[in-house]
Amino acid sequence: MNFKLASSPHQHANRDLGQVMKLVILCLVPGILMQTWFFGWGTIIQVILAVITATVTEAAILELRKRDFERALKDYSAIVTAILLAISIPPFAPWWVIVIGTFFAIAIVKQLYGGLGFNIFNPAMAAYVMLLVSFPVQMTQWLPPVNLAQYTHDFWDALSVIFTSYSVEGFSIAQLKTDIDGVTMATPLDTVKTSLIQGFTYSEGLEHKIFDSVVTGVGVASSWVSLAYLAGGLFLIKQKVINWHIPVSMLAGLFVCALFMSLVDSDVYPSSIFHLLNGSIIIGAFFIATDPVSASTTNKGRLIFGAAIGVWVYIIRTWGGYPDAIAFAVVIMNMAVPLIDYYTRPRTYGHQAPNALKSKGKQP
Amino acid sequence: MSEFKELTWQGLWKNNPALIQLLGLCPLLAVTQTLTNGLGLGIATTLVLIGSNSAVSIIRNWIPNEIRIPIFVMIIAAFVTIVQLLMNAYTFKLYQALGIFIPLIVTNCAIIGRAEAYASKNPLGKSAFDGLMMGLGFTLVLVLLGAIRELLGNGTLFDGANLLLGDWARMLKITVFETDSPFLLAILPPGAFLFMGLIIALKNVLDEHMENLFMAKKEQKIVQRARVTTES
Repeated sequence: MNFKLASSPHQHANRDLGQVMKLVILCLVPGILMQTWFFGWGTIIQVILAVITATVTEAAILELRKRDFERALKDYSAIVTAILLAISIPPFAPWWVIVIGTFFAIAIVKQLYGGLGFNIFNPAMAAYVMLLVSFPVQMTQWLPPVNLAQYTHDFWDALSVIFTSYSVEGFSIAQLKTDIDGVTMATPLDTVKTSLIQGFTYSEGLEHKIFDSVVTGVGVASSWVSLAYLAGGLFLIKQKVINWHIPVSMLAGLFVCALFMSLVDSDVYPSSIFHLLNGSIIIGAFFIATDPVSASTTNKGRLIFGAAIGVWVYIIRTWGGYPDAIAFAVVIMNMAVPLIDYYTRPRTYGHQAPNALKSKGKQP
Repeated sequence: MSEFKELTWQGLWKNNPALIQLLGLCPLLAVTQTLTNGLGLGIATTLVLIGSNSAVSIIRNWIPNEIRIPIFVMIIAAFVTIVQLLMNAYTFKLYQALGIFIPLIVTNCAIIGRAEAYASKNPLGKSAFDGLMMGLGFTLVLVLLGAIRELLGNGTLFDGANLLLGDWARMLKITVFETDSPFLLAILPPGAFLFMGLIIALKNVLDEHMENLFMAKKEQKIVQRARVTTES
């Protein structure tokens, strides 16, 4: 008689990496649809371009490394990276921006470090930083929400702008960026940041029409996009694909900083609600910072990691040169992950905590 | 003669100061935005290396061991000053473009490293030749890195060659492609680190490849011999 002995864990979730990643993609869908609804077809085209580039790059590099690329492609991780990058960049950015970015994400940030599971940095965010530093003009061409724009654009316009930088009727991206009054629009965060630099108060900055007239401090379109991603993210937590630690601590970190500073001077420092619903903090908290490879791996470490990202986001948004900072914050904290993990090692069952041993001077 | 061959091989490839010793990375990464800058700094470093190696080699028997490092540094600083004044006089624009990195050649570890490791133990001829080859190896990497970064960043090659070579060199400029949005990462310092890493990786791959070829031949011989012994 042969009794099989297996080590713990004895209860498995019958879900492989491919299924996890597919679930993540599924949860991104509402946000992508909302983004398309408000900002036009550009997002969908960027996603398609990114997925194609990511697949080709991943296969080519794995072939060079003499690994089995079919297996790697079936885990969908490259596609998740591609989608995250595609939804982060401006919808009407030229095609070569997303191609260069995705290639950089997969080839340099992921595969050069040893492929899935070995990359130090979040591939999508490292590539985003690279793009933002390299192509500042193309990476800041954000469009106004469709209902505020002067010119309407359909799918063919989006395709035409991305590949030729002019729409079918011959409008340039600078013209498409104008709103119904013929003024170039910026993102909510950028609008407030610019008006603060110009010496206006925070509440004066909110009088711009990109902000909702009913709920103060909320962008008309970007807040809906944020809520759609929030729904997807909450579903991910419910499905236990991600833990609650990173999103909650990240949002809390930002919330506490913003609350404190706005209590100090509410004219200069925007409210917590403004910070949480504008920009990409929600998608960052639920989909980007929770990357299982480059984030901290212990629960205590995850809390520290998330909170520190939230604080960094607040610091860069408020005193830095860029209006939003998810990518920079995530990349900075990725560097700190080995240190965080080292100091937050959980106690092994039946053993004393490693630090307690050290303080007593015993050998483990 | 084989000594000189060995020095050439060591300086240009096997013990390349930039790719293997990883010395002098500060100027290497900072000034290689364009091919011309790389070439200019490479030539300056080579001149200093030849000069300092020769000088150290000549007086090597009189240098007290305890204070050799300050003496080396003073010799190197003297040669750097000479090169700096020469560049100030004849290639003023390039002198301005390279800026602080010309005086900083003094702190380039590759130079003091060669003075300590080679020139202080070997006669004049060999030391000068070692300086030349190490300098050439360093220059090659500078030029390669500068070319890659300039090509990816601006789409040109030899832009600003007239700063180094005089006005006729304007025609050397090659525009590979026109771009309105330069790939800033290649021109900024992170790009230097990135492409430096890729060049080192490429060198390691080539080395491994060559070693494999070499090893394969050796192994074949061993196998044949083994067969003979088993049969006999």
